[in-house]
Parts: sequence; structure tokens; C-alpha cells
Amino acid sequence: MRITQGTFSHLPDFTDEQVRAQVQYCLDNDWPVSVEFSDDPHPRNVYWEMWGLPMFEAKDAAAVMLEIDGCRKAHPETYVRVSGYDRRLGRQTTALSFIVQRPSHEPGFRLDRQEAADRQVRYSTHAYATDRPAGERYR
Amino acid sequence: MAGKSTNGSAPKSRWAAGVTPYAEMGYWEPDYEPKPTDILCAFRFVPQEGVEPIEAAAAIAGESSTATWTVVWTDRLTAHEHYQAKCYRVVPVPGSDQFIAYIAYDLDLFEEGSIANLTSSIIGNVFGFKALKSLRLEDMRIPPHYTKTFQGPAHGIVMEREYLNKYGRPLLGATTKPKLGLSARNYGRVVYEALRGGLDFVKDDENINSQPFMRWRDRFLFCMEAVNKAQAATGEIKGHYLNVTAGTMEDMYERAEFAKEIGSVIVMIDLTIGYTAIQSMAKWARKSGVILHLHRAGHSTYTRQKTHGVSFRVIAKWMRLAGVDHIHAGTVVGKLEGDPATTKGYYTTLRDDKIAADPSIGLYFEQDWASMPGVMPVASGGIHAGQMHQLLHLLGEDTILQFGGGTIGHPDGIADGATANRVAVEAMIQARNAGRDYLREGPEILADAARWSPSLKKALEIWKDITFNFESTDVPDAVVTPTA
Repeated sequence: MRITQGTFSHLPDFTDEQVRAQVQYCLDNDWPVSVEFSDDPHPRNVYWEMWGLPMFEAKDAAAVMLEIDGCRKAHPETYVRVSGYDRRLGRQTTALSFIVQRPSHEPGFRLDRQEAADRQVRYSTHAYATDRPAGERYR
Repeated sequence: MAGKSTNGSAPKSRWAAGVTPYAEMGYWEPDYEPKPTDILCAFRFVPQEGVEPIEAAAAIAGESSTATWTVVWTDRLTAHEHYQAKCYRVVPVPGSDQFIAYIAYDLDLFEEGSIANLTSSIIGNVFGFKALKSLRLEDMRIPPHYTKTFQGPAHGIVMEREYLNKYGRPLLGATTKPKLGLSARNYGRVVYEALRGGLDFVKDDENINSQPFMRWRDRFLFCMEAVNKAQAATGEIKGHYLNVTAGTMEDMYERAEFAKEIGSVIVMIDLTIGYTAIQSMAKWARKSGVILHLHRAGHSTYTRQKTHGVSFRVIAKWMRLAGVDHIHAGTVVGKLEGDPATTKGYYTTLRDDKIAADPSIGLYFEQDWASMPGVMPVASGGIHAGQMHQLLHLLGEDTILQFGGGTIGHPDGIADGATANRVAVEAMIQARNAGRDYLREGPEILADAARWSPSLKKALEIWKDITFNFESTDVPDAVVTPTA
């Protein structure tokens, strides 16, 4: 299965040129861009690992593309996402966030159901990938 | 009585027993400079034949604050000048028999944090006043001093996006159809298909509460099975607005508590439950960490006609104060009333923080929300994927686009309908961000995406000619003159 987190996950994977256009859009809006990676695809896994600090100084998409490439090379077979951050008063949150690398095989999730009283069910979403320790998933 | 004038005879003393024109009792003060703490209102009115507009406007100020029809000596026991609302300006609406009255109310007239109290004053009695043919509350300026006495949105746009982990695009929803008659099991099927296909939310309709064909608890359980299954199928947070509207607060709390207990990220209420109930549910939603969706059921009975009632921009303000996270605010292009400029005014009112007066979008006053979080406007009713460029252009990114028929009516099934909408919105955002003139090139952008997305292709084919072009009844008076 294909996890559909991120702004563009229902589109075919972006080419580098398409990634660059989105990064440039962030920079044009004065949104610093950051690169993060993770091998835990759970929808509630908020904190992916940071590939360095957000690039507050970058003005050119080429610099960001180098960092994206660096992260992809260092962490193949993981998820990598690129986010633009809007620091304006009233926002102070992520403005755009999309996946730029996926593992070649995404095994997906098991839905665990625990039957409780009164027909209630306790649900838990279990990522098959996380059956293995961090760093050994998707290999 | 209003309309009777003392012209021609010596003015009666302010305190002589009997009837004195409102304008002479202190309710008309053309020199009044509104204080920063005043609540300001703009009323559109048509006086009865023979009633002077200024007297009618003063009567509106009087009847929505301290006045009664005759002089009462007990006014003299109060600092009445302070409590009297003051009409400070009356302007005719060109080409009509209408006028706009601007009225200032001192903050002391209102209880802190109570929409019920605010509205009992301002729209309490005065709308039935005989001296007026019609009356409409067009806009209000709520000062930060009053705004700060309200909770405001339980979570707001920023928190909702962080909670759902969804950024950079409008959220997508659908209302389960048919809205009445499905059993709980069949109902949940619609929810699952729409969510796994790509929508973020599915929604109960306003009149789905707990009827004989489907009781609330059964619906909640089947919907949560659908939500959790779709979440596992996509790796993405999903939700269904469980409508907790009921006949009593006790019932609503019971349903909301149950929704929270079984893990729903969101519940829903209808405007018909009343302002106080909405404020109570907003407190509950903040305390419980559950997003609160409001359906504006019934509003058109008093918001739609331009000469009488309350403008929706005022309802939008009240609901932001009352504390909902979502509110239906119009689609422009869909099946329900919505002029583009007026609708833009609603969206601005709901989302922005410091808002300038702008007659071209129907905003009579500036409005400073003093950092109160924004409400997510929801566009629902007769919209489809083929309009995506227009929807994005008109409504922006912080909105929820709800495609009910436009999802469930897809010839290849509900999930395909959902996918079509999701592909369309993502393709449009991608094109916009990449610098394309997406409004003009929208059909081409969609056609390109349809080349690899059979779901979108079918959707575009089946709904390609569907538009709802009817004249709006509620449009701003000011017309923007295009500049070259």
C-alpha cells in the first residue's frame, strides 16, 4: 500500500524538477524549508528525525535540493519529507509538507481490534514495518 | 410613537410624561465619536411611510438598548446617557428606499462571554418594531475588550491541521447520502469507502440525529469501524463528524462523551441547538480535545433576504466567539445561495485576525480578533471536482471542500469519487505552487491529471456541464469599479 500522508501523496511521485518548484514556492513565501526522515509510518508519528535544522538562510532551491539528496543517500529505504514553515503571527505552523522518498515496498498497517463490552471495539493501527527495530525496517 | 413628530410645536421637555421622539431622547447623536470599546452595528432599514429615517434609526438604537415606547421617570435613577445606544450616522442606500444606520453600544450593556445576552439586546425586540417596514443587522464590530471574554474556537485552524497532520491544501469531506434512511451498517460503508478513497472527513447530515431507522449509538459504532479501517488502509488520519445534536443538553453531552470515548477526532452540532448550547459544546470540545463542526441549519430563514434579518457575516462572527472549529460558509459555485464578494467577506471574517472595513466584500467595519484562532469555513452543496480551480481561487486553502453527491454519485463507486476529488485538489495545488495561472488553466490541469487518473476522468465527464447559475439575493451595495 501507499501511505497517503503529505500534501501530494495522491499524485505520482514527483521528479526532482517538480520537487524544486514546490521548494521554490516555499522560499518565495519566506517559509524556511526542512528535511526529515522516518522509518515509522504510523499516522500519529509526529516527530520524524530532522536532517539538520530548518534552512532559515536558504534563498535558493538548489541548496535545499542538495540537502534532500544528502538525506536520501544517507537514508535510502526510508520516508523523507520536505516541509515549509510559516512563522507569521497567527500561523506559526507548517504550511506545506510532502513526501519526496518512500521505501520501495510499503507493507502497510494491521488494524487491531480489541472487543470490549457493549459492542465497543478498541482500535489500534499497527505498522508492519515497526515489527523490526528502528534502522532495520524496510530492508 | 415613532413617526409622530413634535415639529411645529415647542419641543417637549425630555422628562415630561408621554411620548417623545427617540431622536430627541438621546438615541440620535450625530456628533458621537465611537469609543474603541464600543460594540458597533450597521443596520439596513426601510422606515414606514411618513417616518423620518433619522427618527427610525434612533428608534432602532432605543429599542435595542434602554428605551420603551414612552418616557419613564425611572430612567432618571440611572446614568442613562451611558446605557443608551447612540445612532451616530444614517446613510441612504442609493437607488433604493433603504438606509444604513450606524449605532454604538457601550460595552456595559452586555454580559461577558454570552452570545445569548448580546443577541437578546441587539436583535431581541427591535426586528418586530412597527415603525419599520424591514430591518437587517448587516455587520458588527466586536472590540477586543469583548472578544477576550469569549473562549473562541475550541481548537482553531492551526491546531486542527497539526492534530490531523494535514497541510498545504484544502481538506476534503463529504456528507453521507442518502441523508435519511440508511441503516447504521450501510451508512458506515459509505464512510469507509469515501475515506479510503482519499477524503479526510465524512459527515453526518444536519438532520441525522437518532431516528427510528438508525439510532445514534449504532451509527457511532459503525462509523468508527469505518474511520479506523480507512486510517489503517491509508496511513493517514481520518474523521467522521458524528452529529450529537439532540433534544436536550444532557443527551448531547452523553452522545459527545461516547464519541470521544470511542476515539472520534470530531463531533458535530447544528445551529438549531441555540447559541448557549453551542457555547457549552465548544467548552466541552476544548476540554475533550475533540474538534467541533457546526452545520448552519436554518440560517437561510433569516440570513438570505437582503432587507430583513441578520447577515450571515454576523452569524459567522458570533460563531467564532461562541467557539466552533468549523462552520458552513458557502461555496459560491454550488447549489446554495452565495455571491462571490459576499462569501469572501464571510471567509475573511472567519479566518483572518486583523480585518479592515471593506464595502466591496460587505464588511462595514474593521474587526480585530485579538489573536482568537480562526474557524475553518466549510464549502458544501453541489460542488464537484471539475470546479477545483474555481473553488481554490474563490475560497483559498484553509477550507473544507465537501463533495457529497460529487463523491458518492461517481459511476465507479464512492472510493473512486473520493479519489477523483483528492487528485483534483492536489494537482491544482501543485500547479498553483509551481506558478501556473491555475484559474485560467484549471480545466487543462485537471485534464492532464485525468490522463493517469481514471477516477478523475470519469468524474470530469459526468459532471462537466453542471453549474448552478442563479442570481444571488444577498450582494454588497458597493460595486468595485475595475481599474485598467
